[in-house]
Amino acid sequence: MYVWDFTPVLANAGLLAQGLVNTLKVTGTALACGLVLGLALALMRLSRRRLAAWPAGFVIEVFRTTPPLVQLFWFFFALPLIIGVEMTPFLAAAVTFSIQSSAFFAEVFRGGIVSIERGQWEAARAIGMTQPQAMRRIILPQAVKRMIPAFMERAIELMKTTTLVATIAYADLLFAANEIAQKTFRPLETFTVAALIYFVVITAFSLAARRLERRFAVSGETTVH
Amino acid sequence: MTILHVQGLAKRFGSHEVLSGIDLDVAKGERIAILGASGSGKSTLLRCINFMEMPDAGTVTLDGKVVGRRERELTAVRQRIGMVFQQFNLFPHMTALGNVMEGLRTVRRMPKAEAAARAERELARVGLSDKAAHYPAHLSGGQKQRVAIARALAMDPELLLFDEPTSALDPELVGEVLGVIRALAEEGCTMLLVTHELGFAYHVATRVIFLADGAIHEQGTPDEVLKDPKKERTRAFLARHKEFSL
Repeated sequence: MYVWDFTPVLANAGLLAQGLVNTLKVTGTALACGLVLGLALALMRLSRRRLAAWPAGFVIEVFRTTPPLVQLFWFFFALPLIIGVEMTPFLAAAVTFSIQSSAFFAEVFRGGIVSIERGQWEAARAIGMTQPQAMRRIILPQAVKRMIPAFMERAIELMKTTTLVATIAYADLLFAANEIAQKTFRPLETFTVAALIYFVVITAFSLAARRLERRFAVSGETTVH
Repeated sequence: MTILHVQGLAKRFGSHEVLSGIDLDVAKGERIAILGASGSGKSTLLRCINFMEMPDAGTVTLDGKVVGRRERELTAVRQRIGMVFQQFNLFPHMTALGNVMEGLRTVRRMPKAEAAARAERELARVGLSDKAAHYPAHLSGGQKQRVAIARALAMDPELLLFDEPTSALDPELVGEVLGVIRALAEEGCTMLLVTHELGFAYHVATRVIFLADGAIHEQGTPDEVLKDPKKERTRAFLARHKEFSL
């Protein structure tokens, strides 16, 4: 019978912690950049000008339909060959997952924006707001509120997708777990602990997001049921 | 003094001609009730005047200046023409006070304290001082519409457009909204009012316009149009409306 022994894993807790920090660094960067870029892509795609809408649509579709692993390899190995810059694993990972998540966030933003009733646009225009003012003050605040669950879903997906960075030797949580597993010959225990860490971190994020939703719910319109 | 001059206003949706050449002059202080069966183009007429819909032909002249079609001009004109919608269209993420302040802050760039003070005065004017901190979701339909009226009033409009302001309300809430509109009428506000409330139109309007097939079919004083209509279609319309009244 297999005897579970977690002591070798706990002895390497420092490595796991460093891995977690790196995972959070990539995820955080990709989330922050992805949201900003995603909003920009969504606004471009919604634009009536084809010169803005088409390139945005192209970027969104390419990054939504190709495997993230290929995207990562491409930014890490191919891009340096083409433009002659040195890519660190972190930079490649940050760029890949920023653009990749921006493609998904763009669709979430777009869905949220078009879900706002026409009457809201009209009320904003009727008091003399310009299109950008109406978007910023009236439409986006309501849209973002409706988008929180979808954003959360994408953020969780993103954090798990970042495990791919191990393939370009970036020392994230899973990369660290792999090292520990090989060193201690305790893969079951190590990967179980790693999974547990993902579970705890993501659950904490989820709870925080639900609290945020509930705070927004004071105005009566809510996504919490 | 004419403040609004509409000439040859036409609008079609696809192959359906909704407005076919409307001419209309509105003098300062006039209160014009616009009546007509559904589909007669009354809402579209209102919505073309502040360019919520783009007219296909015709001109709108405000204070002697023809309104062009550039975005900047349209935005400027909308700041001077207030609109109240059938569905209220309050901003749900803002309190009643926030709704009324929004135009002052974002469009007029008024300092916060000044905008808040002005918004409080407008809420008092519609009798809702005690609801300033409430979100729209916690207001009744009548209260929502009164906030929407305060929101329009805060921009000091030269002309107010009411697009069936009581049609979405429960019957017992209609009175409070009409009361506010009547008070504005007594203050001398210039307004165009699309409504099905014939009694209200009779008592508050200075002129009544009956629209049919996208054109002005008959117009005159409330007594002329509502008590003694000359045209057959006006008579038929009024008869239908009185059918179930006591």
